[in-house]
Formats: sequence, C-alpha cells, structure tokens
Amino acid sequence: MSTLEHAPEGAVEVDPDEVVDRLGDRVIGRDEHVNAPAVIIRPDEVVDTLTVMRDEFGFDLLSCVTAEQFPDRYESIYHLKQYADPTTEFSIVVPTDRDHPQSQSAASVYETANWHEREAYDLIGIEYQDHPDLKRILLPDTWTGHPLTDDYNQDKPQVVAYEAHENPLLDHTEGAESDTILLNMGPHHPATHGVLHLKVTLDGEQVADVEPDIGYLHRCEEQMCQQGTYRHQIMPYPDRWDYASAGLINEWAYARAAEDLAEIEVPEYAQVIRTMGAELSRMAAHFLALGTFVLDVYGEFNALSMYAIRDREKVQKILEDLTGQRLMFNYLRLGGVAWDIPEPREEFFENVKKFTDEELPASMDEVHDLLTDNEIFQLRCVGTGVLEREVAKQYGAGGPVARASGIDTDLRRDDPYGIYDQLDWEVITDDAGDVYSRVLVRVREVEQSAKIVRQCVDLLEDWPEDEREIQSNVPRTLKPDPDRRVYRAVEGAKGELGIYIRADGTDKPGRFKIRSPCFCNLSTLPEMAEGEFIPDLIASLGSIDIILGEVDR
Amino acid sequence: MSSERIPDDVERTVQTKTRDARLGSGVDDRFNSRLRQAVGSSPFILTKFDKFMNWVRGSSMFMLQFGIACCSLEMIHALMIKHDVDRFGAGVPRASPRQADLIIVPGTIVSKFAPRMKRVYDQMPEPKFVVGMGSCTISGGPFQEGYNVVKGAEEVIPVDIHVPGCPPRPEALIYGIAKLQERVANGESSPVVVKPYELEQFGDLHRDEVIDQLADRIDEDSLAMRYNWGDSP
Ligand code: SF4
Repeated sequence: MSTLEHAPEGAVEVDPDEVVDRLGDRVIGRDEHVNAPAVIIRPDEVVDTLTVMRDEFGFDLLSCVTAEQFPDRYESIYHLKQYADPTTEFSIVVPTDRDHPQSQSAASVYETANWHEREAYDLIGIEYQDHPDLKRILLPDTWTGHPLTDDYNQDKPQVVAYEAHENPLLDHTEGAESDTILLNMGPHHPATHGVLHLKVTLDGEQVADVEPDIGYLHRCEEQMCQQGTYRHQIMPYPDRWDYASAGLINEWAYARAAEDLAEIEVPEYAQVIRTMGAELSRMAAHFLALGTFVLDVYGEFNALSMYAIRDREKVQKILEDLTGQRLMFNYLRLGGVAWDIPEPREEFFENVKKFTDEELPASMDEVHDLLTDNEIFQLRCVGTGVLEREVAKQYGAGGPVARASGIDTDLRRDDPYGIYDQLDWEVITDDAGDVYSRVLVRVREVEQSAKIVRQCVDLLEDWPEDEREIQSNVPRTLKPDPDRRVYRAVEGAKGELGIYIRADGTDKPGRFKIRSPCFCNLSTLPEMAEGEFIPDLIASLGSIDIILGEVDR
Repeated sequence: MSSERIPDDVERTVQTKTRDARLGSGVDDRFNSRLRQAVGSSPFILTKFDKFMNWVRGSSMFMLQFGIACCSLEMIHALMIKHDVDRFGAGVPRASPRQADLIIVPGTIVSKFAPRMKRVYDQMPEPKFVVGMGSCTISGGPFQEGYNVVKGAEEVIPVDIHVPGCPPRPEALIYGIAKLQERVANGESSPVVVKPYELEQFGDLHRDEVIDQLADRIDEDSLAMRYNWGDSP
C-alpha cells in the first residue's frame, strides 16, 4: 500500500499470511477492510495477539479502538499502525457474545488502550476483563445504559449527582501528620482550556497524582454523524470537533474516509485548495495554542497573547474570504470543495501573499524575541513536563506532542494525501520532549505551514482557467456497499485525526467512530506532570494543547 | 437566586414546556439592595441612589472567564485585540465567579457539566446577569438530538439575553452585551426564570425506577440533577 519509493527507516514489512501463520489458532477468521487486512481473533487471546503484533511485526502504535454492536454480536477493532510507516496498517477484530460482551483488555500491551476501552465500555457496553480501571469516561458515573447500542432509550430520565470528590489518598491525609491534599482543578478553570476536570493529589507543592476527568463536553458527535447522510448532513459536524479553527482539517478527515469508502475521485485543483485551506487552519490553531499557552505560563492577558490573537484574526479573515465563515467553515464537499477562490482572485492571492511574505515573518520574529529566546521563559519551560519517546508511543501520542518527543511522524509526509507530496516542506522534530520543545515545534510548524500555503498560492495562480474543476461528479445519494469498513486519518493540528466508518448499505453510516488526537495526547498528562510542581502541571497541560470538543467529542 | 423554593408538587406539574411557563411573575427582585430591603419603602433619595447604581452597574460589567465550547473562541476574540469589548466597559474577565456580575455561556451544555455550571452561577454575587451565546444555549443547537445534551441553558440557569448564531460573530456578542448593559443601566430586566432542573438533594428526588437503582450508590444528602429528556422542549 505504501506510496513511498523506499521503506522508511524502522518500518517492518508485513505480510498478512505470515501474520495469520504466526498467530496460529488464535485466529478464527480473516477479513479485508478498505484500509488494511484484518484478522478475527478469540476474545481471550487479545493480550497475546497484540503482544506478538507489537514485538514481532513492529506495530508500535495502537491508533484506535472501535467498538460496535451488531444484532448477533459485539466487536472491538484494534487499529494497529507503525509510527515509522503509518501506511502499514492492520486491524485486529475481536468479536464477543451478544449476551455477555466480555473481552480481554489490551491495556497491558498498549497504555492508550486504557482510555479507549473505557470509552468503548461507556458508549457501547463491552466489558474488558483485567482492565486496570474500567469505569465510565465520558458520561457521568450515574448514567444508566450504553447510548450507542440499539436498545437504548434516549427519553429515559437520568440522574446526575454532584458528588463530593473522594480523595484518592484519603487514608494518608487524616490527622495532623497529613502530607497530601486533594486539589480539584476545573471543570471551570481558566487554565484548563475549557471544561476539563483534573483531580490532583499534592504532596506539598509537588504533584503526586493527577487524574484527568473528561466528558464535560461530550456532545454525542458520533451519534450525530450516524444520524446524518454522507453527502451533506455530516460535513458540518467535523468543524465542531477541534474548533480551534482547525475545521478544514477535520472536514478533510471525514472527506478522506468517506471518499475512500465510496470511491470518489477528487480533482487536482480542489486538492490544492484543500491543502491551502488546511494549512491556514493549522496556523490559526497553532496561534491559539500559543496565545493560550502564554496566558497559562504568564498568568494575565499580555502582549504576546494579544499578538497571537491578532495573527489569528488575519488568518480567520483569509479563511472567511475563502469559505464564508470565521470558525465553522463547512467548506469541503465529498469530491471537492464548495466553491472556488473568491473573485477577484488576484485580490485574494495578494492578501494571502501579504500575510505569508510580510506579516507572518515579522510576527514570527516577535514571537522568537518575546518567547522562545526569552531567558525567563526558557527557565520556566526547559526541562519541565518531560515526555519520553517510548512513553509517548505507548500512549499513542501524535502531532506536535509526539514530534517534540523525537518521534519523526507526520501523516502529511508518511501517508500523503492532497498534494503534500509534491510540495517542499519539512517535518519539525525535537528531541527534548519538554514543554519548551512542544512550544518550539508548534512555532516552527507555523512557518512550514506558511511555506506550504505560499506554494499552493503559486500553483493556484497559474492554474489554467478552463481546468478549474472544484468538484467531481458525486451521486446525489451515496450508498456505499454494506459492510465496507474504512479507517482513514489525516494529520490534524493536534495529531492523527482518524475516522472509522462502517457502511450498512443505507445512506447513513452504520458506525462512525472518531479517533481524536487530543484524547490520546491528554492521556499522557500524568506522565508529564507527576513529580513536578503545580505550576509545571499547568505548563504541561498548556503545552499539550487540548481542545475539549475533540477530547470528549 | 432569591426566589423561594416552589413546593415539590407544583414544580412537577409546571414542567418545562415553553419559556413562558418558566417565567416568574412580578417585578424582578435582582436590583434590590440591602439598604432598600432594610428601609422597606422607596423614599426619594433611595430612588435616585438606585438610578445611580444602575448606571454604575451597566457601565462596568465584570464578566466571568468561562469557556465551554466552540463559541468561547469567538468570545476570546471579542475580548482581545481588534474587537476588544473593554471599549464598552465590559471587558475585564474575572477568573473567579465571586468577582463577576456577568456570565456569558458560550457553548453546548451537557448533562455532566450542567450541575457544575449551576454551581458556578450560584457562586456569583447578586445582582448577576447571563448572556447566552450561540444556538447551543438556546436549544442545544446542532446537537439538540444528542442523548447527553441539555436543550438550552435555560434548563439550568435563567438567561437575560440570547445571542443567536453558530457561532455568533464577536460583533454580535458585543451587541448582546451592549444591549444588556443598556437594559441594566435603565433598570429594566426580565423576570427571573423558574428553573426546572434544580439541584436537589438526592434523597428528595421523586422516587422512581431510576432513583431506586441508584439508591445504594449515591448518598441521600449529595446534590443531584434529574434530566427528563422526554419533557425537554
Ligand atoms: S452554537 Fe455552534 S459554535 Fe456555539 S457552541 Fe454550539 S455548536 Fe459550537
């Protein structure tokens, strides 16, 4: 499947027959998903199988765990990938009994399975045995029923308790000699970037334990997408996952999955516009990340956060010209984009060029002066919140968080879509894995994005007028063949943003699952923050750059 | 809110059907000062003083720094460079609800968050005002059909001004805030809404199947919110 001329360093070639031979009688069947070969295994062999896949076949990334309910069974699908070559994919399908959906947990093989399986338990109701902490993750603990199952009654009343938070180290805290305290941060807190709740156990000034509690913005995105038709009704929702203006990238994630599912071609011209739009979105998202991070570490509204928002305004202006909206673009269509570059084209291109050639370099200098070269800032950020490379892999981290820990991964280069493989740009990495390198990676990525945008503008300017095809022919109602399954990802502003769709023969998806990069990145927070001081916890959290809409979906 | 508790049986028949059903009657008591309560009637000097106070309130609103969802990004833009709502005397966000008199609700409210938002609202000192930002706070917006989405902020707290849009542009939000300031300065405000979803002690909730099921897991005294999705508007 690889489109690269040579296998990247560290990637392992995988032959599905060899995998089946090696797994022996753990395998009870085989299947073929659009993106990857799949093997079906027994629910009591999950740990062994995944260990073999990880250690012998080089699958060091568990991208996603998708749970589904069928009339006769439940299924968990483990989507495996290699960091070195994300086009080498494999799906491990684990069917379980409809009456007693129990399956072995993969949390001992991949850390990231912990949260993914909790989500699968929460929404679908599969019980993972030997899971370290199987409880609800998105919905309140008091919820009854599993909402994405077919027998769930949505009109049933629910009771949500405002319980007192228990101190995880309660036993140690009683009496005069108590040495830990529980600090509740959020869900309303200026530094949590929205509605995140952290249960922090402090030993003096040091963080002894931190447990992110999410779900305060669980807006049923998957249910909404399962209720919408492929052609038009789903596209508005992706804008609202990562709403830090990364909307076009999110839309592209859906477009890419659905186009592969329904075998739709996209004209080259539209791909160029998409690439340009996506990079503008990425810049806007990174500006926000920068602005809020500065707020987190400096404390008050200050010059740099204002500058970041000022630059964001400029990008938003360009995006508004292109799409008609400042934030919720709804601009991509399956098979292309909604409309062409606004007239007069020259003026639009002039604006973009003015931004990338003149304004951005100047404000990047400002950022470097005020922030990255600033000694106080460096004292604050260098060496805090370190995330080791191998740990990051275990948690399935992606995007700037992974790249700052020295993992050289970027789907734009490794699994190219759009026209990224025809352009000249670089993947930014850094080895330190601390707060400072995460910020630095983001700042440098903005520069790279500007480079990409600039090249796209050149291409668009020279595009012959009669070949400006913005959409291919797409049938009015799309009905992909039943039981086609696809998992496709794009490089979101925060990392690998993947969509799994199973078609059921109708014009709506049978199952729509979102793999959110923020969800995985946030699960690394305890690794970064434990043992650090509280202010460093805040800095670490800010440097992960989470958007709660995407964490909770 | 100083409105006294409505007896249990009444609350259950009133229900949540329309906004009208939730409006309280009579004059809004939010502007009443301690002084006025103590003196009882309204002598001339107090009336003048009230007028002055209203003008002061309207001209310097401290808003709560309260981000929920996508709309909060446009709220940030309204606060920062270019739009800068501070030009209108309402732009210094306070991180603590105890220092704020305006809460902008910028986003989708889901069942897990609603009790927390109620708690934040309750912590704000009187008089306090609410601007609902975006379709989500009006009706649940694009997510109205979600199993977990509260169908509008008014299910939980009273709202003075609704700013429609998904998301509203910063200009629209500023217009909403300015309108609120104008009304506050003139001493106008709509009567406070009766909230169908009170935070109640778990033990006081109407007994039914769901409560029975949870009875051994939740302490009688802990606060809880009950969601009757079927009755929501
Ligand atoms: S109204 Fe729209 S933009 Fe605002 S929070 Fe709701 S979905 Fe997001």
